[in-house]
Amino acid sequence: MKINKQLVFNLSLAFLLFFVIHFLMSNRIISAYYQLNIYLLFINIIMATSLNLVNGFLGQLHLGHAGFMAVGAYVSAAMTTKMDLPFLPAVITGSIAAGIVGLLIGYPIFRSGRLGGDYLAIATLGFGEIVRIIFVNTQYVGGASGLSGIPRYTNWPILFFLTVATVLLIRNFINSSHGRAVLSIREDEIAAETMGINLTKYKLMAFSIAAFFAGLAGTLYAHYFFIISPNTFNFLKSVDYLVMAVLGGLGSITGSIIAASGLTIISALLQDFGALRMVAYSMILVIIMIFRPSGLMGTKEFKLSFLEEKERR
Amino acid sequence: MKILEINKLVKLFGGLAAVSKFDFYINQGELVGLIGPNGAGKTTAFNLITGVYTPTSGSINFLDESIVGLKPFVINQKGMARTFQNIRLFKDLTVLDNVRIAYHSHVKYSVFSSFFRTKAYYEEEKEVKKKAIEFLKIFRMDDKKDELARNLPYGQQRRLEIARALAAQPKLLLLDEPAAGMNPQETHDLMELIAFIRKEFDLTILLIEHDMSLVMGVCERIYVLDHGVLIANGTPEEIRGNPKVIEAYLGEES
Repeated sequence: MKINKQLVFNLSLAFLLFFVIHFLMSNRIISAYYQLNIYLLFINIIMATSLNLVNGFLGQLHLGHAGFMAVGAYVSAAMTTKMDLPFLPAVITGSIAAGIVGLLIGYPIFRSGRLGGDYLAIATLGFGEIVRIIFVNTQYVGGASGLSGIPRYTNWPILFFLTVATVLLIRNFINSSHGRAVLSIREDEIAAETMGINLTKYKLMAFSIAAFFAGLAGTLYAHYFFIISPNTFNFLKSVDYLVMAVLGGLGSITGSIIAASGLTIISALLQDFGALRMVAYSMILVIIMIFRPSGLMGTKEFKLSFLEEKERR
Repeated sequence: MKILEINKLVKLFGGLAAVSKFDFYINQGELVGLIGPNGAGKTTAFNLITGVYTPTSGSINFLDESIVGLKPFVINQKGMARTFQNIRLFKDLTVLDNVRIAYHSHVKYSVFSSFFRTKAYYEEEKEVKKKAIEFLKIFRMDDKKDELARNLPYGQQRRLEIARALAAQPKLLLLDEPAAGMNPQETHDLMELIAFIRKEFDLTILLIEHDMSLVMGVCERIYVLDHGVLIANGTPEEIRGNPKVIEAYLGEES
């Protein structure tokens, strides 16, 4: 097996980052407020990267990603809080539950193969709202006021490891034959189909993989913030993730990471400006989209040229 | 042996019969041409055969099996590949990826393998890449493998489309105006290439062409469509002298 210099470098950098932040947090050099935002940043990376799988790599418009996050959050929180189960099975069950819901929602939309596009946008928009309303009306998980008293199981190493794992797994998927099948659907559905690509299968696959990872992000979110309420996962939340994916570049994993980090940091820094915050935030988005209409990275991945392999993928 | 047999195929678009009562067959190893003026229904016939459209009525048998109503990807996996009149490459992917995607149906490793990069993944990916480069070599495009398909010159985009179709390892290859927009020299080279791959891969080829003289040169049999109706079929010599064909192409004698 060939050693991939780029991967080794990236992973070393990631571990360095891990220990630096770990050191800063455990010695309380970073204030509680920024610590919270660092956790949020990593959860956002999982959300933006997984959403990019549908919006960027598959080329379909998905507007309800927060809905899957809610499924993961509520399922896992109910397990740890109401049933006193340990964290790990809750994380796994929450993510799988979101993935299964993804299959159930995706199947009727993608069944006919060439359907999708606008239909998916409307269906996922509706799905996000349905999930929210179901949780508002389910007293078992606290109804409209939300579920509180969730144990804080999400710690820094778990969050960091799962974020890196998510990014790596999605990257591996995209760079495989199955991933290329997904990409070909974005490029030209008719050509893909006549070249032997089962449209229904691969659309559904990309969609439910994205849902699975959104569920994972949800489980981590719920077990950090003590409390979740249905309104945490509303339409605006889905739009936030969509903005991150579009801003980073649809079809670029590193783009999603950069945009999720950048926007979370900007949002945290602008906290002091009160009402002006949203204005400034929007201005930044508008300016970036004017100068980089296909996102910060376009469909390219960030690579350091001196580490570039001779044989590109 | 008849590899593809079509009986009384009809496709209606509203009241318009794009193809009506089309009878056709092609034997194993043959190179058959389908010609006709603009709007004759040639591409519609291709779309019906490859499953992009569902026929209104009639039968299509491929390798002694009815393929009416099957989805295009299933028909492709049974051994049929095609190119498009208006090039449909995966434009924002590399030349190599375009060919590798066509090879996807033959890839056996699971989604799990692709997530965790198991041994099966590395072994098969290596194999797929090797095969894809072999196909590109035939078309003398292996030096362009890392370029985006959209950046290729027009003639090479056409060739890449054929390379991609070949990578699916079909028994029957359908080429929709492969020489459209090419100059005489390029057309000549392309025809030689088609003759070569036909021999090399033991292919059966169905060719749509606009250019009569070109089809006359390479095809063993020719079908002529006009307004969705089959007006003639036979050897190039028979077609050349057929008054109906001359009329369809040149208009009625006054």
